[in-house]
Amino acid sequence: MSVKMSNRQVGDVTVVDATGRITLGEGATVFRDTIRDLAAKGSKKILVNLGEVSYIDSSGIGEMVSSFTTVTNHGGQLKLLGLNKRVKDLLQITKLYTVFEVFDDEASAVRSFA
Amino acid sequence: MAERKLLLDSTLDSVEVAETAVLTAAEEIGFGEDDLHQLGMAVRESMVNAVVHGNRYNARKKVHVSVTKGADRLTIVIADEGDGFDPDAIPDPLAEENILRQSGRGLLLIRAFVDEFQVLKGEPRGTEVRMVKYLAKAS
Repeated sequence: MSVKMSNRQVGDVTVVDATGRITLGEGATVFRDTIRDLAAKGSKKILVNLGEVSYIDSSGIGEMVSSFTTVTNHGGQLKLLGLNKRVKDLLQITKLYTVFEVFDDEASAVRSFA
Repeated sequence: MAERKLLLDSTLDSVEVAETAVLTAAEEIGFGEDDLHQLGMAVRESMVNAVVHGNRYNARKKVHVSVTKGADRLTIVIADEGDGFDPDAIPDPLAEENILRQSGRGLLLIRAFVDEFQVLKGEPRGTEVRMVKYLAKAS
């Protein structure tokens, strides 16, 4: 199943809920386009909830990085929530743990936005 | 040792076919869930490289896959018919100046998920990737 994305507001933070697989092709493209649209429309505080994401490949990781850059270049912040162990391992292997702020609970994540 | 060979089209659908074939063989010799996930990722990344970068989706070029079951290991060979490449020429994705690059992490992930990994010049052309994953010894 390719990724399905939806978003909701928690205060001034846009929480993007992703479900499925973020892989080369449709999944990675949908992910990228969703975040870019939010950034273009002025969302400055974006929390990507990956709690229901079962699989990410290197293309998916690439689009996450690209999205981070896009949001940052728009003067915003993008953070991650709810990573399973395998996705956390990917961030460790790729050293992207030094780039992304990662949270295990939504309340803490929302509070962390400046 | 039982070997299975596949000759696949240069499409993203072939990635799934190869992944399924490898995971089926891996389950048959007893790999656990975590190892299966890692093998699946390594095969997926290698297949994407072959289809996208090696063969460039060229319908006239094939991806050659071989899966060999050993008593304590699985050996996977994936070969494309492209122009070949130098893995040392790929920018280090862990270098600070490359951390935010959008692409270039495939080989890093493959190396992390298998026990042996070689990139060889294909014959008569292209690139051949050879991966081996060992069954963990029972403690």
